[in-house]
Amino acid sequence: MTEPGTLAWLAGHEFRLGWRDWTALLTAGGRARTRNAVIVLVAFVVLMHLLAYWIVARYADAGLAVDMATLIAVTATLLLSWSLLLSQAMESVTRAFYARADLDLILTSPVSARKVFAIRMGRIAFGAVAVAVLLATPFIDVLVLRGGLRWLAAFGVVAAMGAVATAVALALTVALFRLVGPKRTRLIAQIVAAVIGAAFVIGLQVLAIFSGGTLSRAVALQSHWLLDRVPSPASLAWWPARAALGDAGALAAVLVLAVLLLGAAIAVFSARFGEHAQAAAGVGAVAVRQRRGSLAFRPRSPRRVLRQKEWTLLLRDPWLISQTLMQILYLLPPAILLWVTFRDGSDAYVVLIPVVVMAAGQLAGGLAWLSISGEDAPDLVATAPVAASSVMTAKIEAVIGMIALVFAPIVAALAFDSSYAALVAAAGIMTAAGAATAIQICFRVQAKRSQFRRRQTSSRLATFAEAFSSIGWAATAAMAAAGTWYALAPATFAVLILLGVRWMSPPSRD
Amino acid sequence: MNVSRPISLATRGLTKRFDRPAVDNLDLTIYGGEFYALLGPNGAGKTTTLRMVAGLLRPDAGTITIDGIDALSAPEDAKQITAWVSDEPMIYDKLTPYEYLEFVAGLWRIDATIAEARARELIGWLGLEAQAHDRCEGFSKGTRQKVALAGALVHDPKLIILDEPLTGLDAGSARQVKNVLRDRVTAGGTVVMTTHILEVAERMADRIGVIANGKLIAEGTLEELRVKTGAGASSLEDTFLALVANEAAAA
Repeated sequence: MTEPGTLAWLAGHEFRLGWRDWTALLTAGGRARTRNAVIVLVAFVVLMHLLAYWIVARYADAGLAVDMATLIAVTATLLLSWSLLLSQAMESVTRAFYARADLDLILTSPVSARKVFAIRMGRIAFGAVAVAVLLATPFIDVLVLRGGLRWLAAFGVVAAMGAVATAVALALTVALFRLVGPKRTRLIAQIVAAVIGAAFVIGLQVLAIFSGGTLSRAVALQSHWLLDRVPSPASLAWWPARAALGDAGALAAVLVLAVLLLGAAIAVFSARFGEHAQAAAGVGAVAVRQRRGSLAFRPRSPRRVLRQKEWTLLLRDPWLISQTLMQILYLLPPAILLWVTFRDGSDAYVVLIPVVVMAAGQLAGGLAWLSISGEDAPDLVATAPVAASSVMTAKIEAVIGMIALVFAPIVAALAFDSSYAALVAAAGIMTAAGAATAIQICFRVQAKRSQFRRRQTSSRLATFAEAFSSIGWAATAAMAAAGTWYALAPATFAVLILLGVRWMSPPSRD
Repeated sequence: MNVSRPISLATRGLTKRFDRPAVDNLDLTIYGGEFYALLGPNGAGKTTTLRMVAGLLRPDAGTITIDGIDALSAPEDAKQITAWVSDEPMIYDKLTPYEYLEFVAGLWRIDATIAEARARELIGWLGLEAQAHDRCEGFSKGTRQKVALAGALVHDPKLIILDEPLTGLDAGSARQVKNVLRDRVTAGGTVVMTTHILEVAERMADRIGVIANGKLIAEGTLEELRVKTGAGASSLEDTFLALVANEAAAA
């Protein structure tokens, strides 16, 4: 037993909370689901190893004396992973700032608040490192098996990346606090985190489109444009890549730098953490006065008021907009590809259509969750003299209407080039959106809208079904756009997913 | 008493089981223009009963009749004349009270002109004028509850069902809510309310029902309940505790 109030005791407490959060995330809080979570985890690990083998096995033989292309490829992979880690770390730091949970207890206890917050930051760093190592393990395993033990050094690089991501996330979030104040930091930090997570992938795709006319990131990394602009092979910028490739000296330097950065960030920011957390907790919702042209009540049917309500609630919530429309950010590369297609007169829309269809499916899934599961006044709607089927129809209309609004410009742009492609895209978008909505209906669980980010944990089955359904419809649309009857195969797969979902969905309870 | 008055709410053999019987063969008769308080210890089945009446839960057995309408076979007709208010106000943070009332009026298919006039009246009664066009997200619990109550009344229901509506309200807000409810009863509406604040039941209720283990163990005016428990019970609190203790001893 450690003595209460000591660093070790506080660390034990923090890590116990962290562990329980993590297990709750996996099991959605249900003991009976633990076994299922373990099965899903094992399947996930196996699948990730297969995926890793397919992606990285061919690079396992890369030597220490590597060429520029390898250095660029490894560095880009590390940067890509790091941007995602930074995004997650910013989320965690923001959550920690705004979590009121035990703030009063900590600040009124005789334990040094600085000590507590330093431990809390350590927990965030540990979480970031753990997630990074867990996700990287299948890839490193494959590299070690195929290329030898020197690849184990990659674990050190990944851990260092997690630590640096936390240090940078702390600095960025505190900077935001000071620049824009606690009231706006939460929203801006979450948007910045999401954009950072997406920006690197999107940037590479945009680069690839201009350099090769495809959505492939690999093309961008081998482009002359990039090769002419990167530093020389002797530059320190390549040390993380060299460390990952097994250079012991580079690894030691990367690890020391990471630990120093994290230590400095914790030392500097832990003193002010309590102050910022208090400021964040003190932020009440400030009254927002709503203006509208006429104050007269408008005569509308129940279905129309329900649709209007869904749209109003979404449009007035910048956080939800940022979370749902973040998926639209991924439409930027296809939109640019479309523009390049028109410019060059190629048939690249066969590549574009599945991306758009998949994005529609994913966006519809999120909107359907908000509309169906994230109803803030379920009792009010349930006690209204409106048939449940009418309520559901109105909510589906709200989702599909939003999807139509978002994707209409892309379909219209396609129609200028090929009416057939536009027709296929429109049908694909609507079908994928309808399927994602149907899945959300089957797995609806009443929740608060603020739980939107954690909706996947309420039903992993729904999450996977939604993803595979979108992929199925995207593949169908791609093949239909190419004019082949093989489109029926992925369509059948997608329909089977829907039937499976209907069969496996929990019975509705009163 | 009350034989000549129309029945506003009647349940017969109402039963709902979860792990155990939550409501057990419950017969309730509440008359039009009556303020009825449903009391009982935690887990007695009060909320389950009211949720079944409001159409939020389907009973395992029994019937529910609201103003002569079979609420199980014609739920929409029954809901048209019923309102439900829970202890957690059911409002939307991003809507203003005014927009919320417009939304509720739309759901209940109330004529827009009539609904608007009622909304203005309710906003005035409940002292919400200053916040009528502010989003609800910054409101205190009391203000949120008043908005929810305004929503429940905007469609002019014959039966208002309230589950612990005064929980967490300050004295001023509680007074406003009680006044509005009393006015509804005076105007001929029926109010059925659960509360743990016995003083409210004692001062406002025409009749009180005491429920324990899903069964109605006593019902009547405060005086009738006092008589039932025998000498010594001077307040509703004494009477209630005596009734619950007797039931526990008998179980």
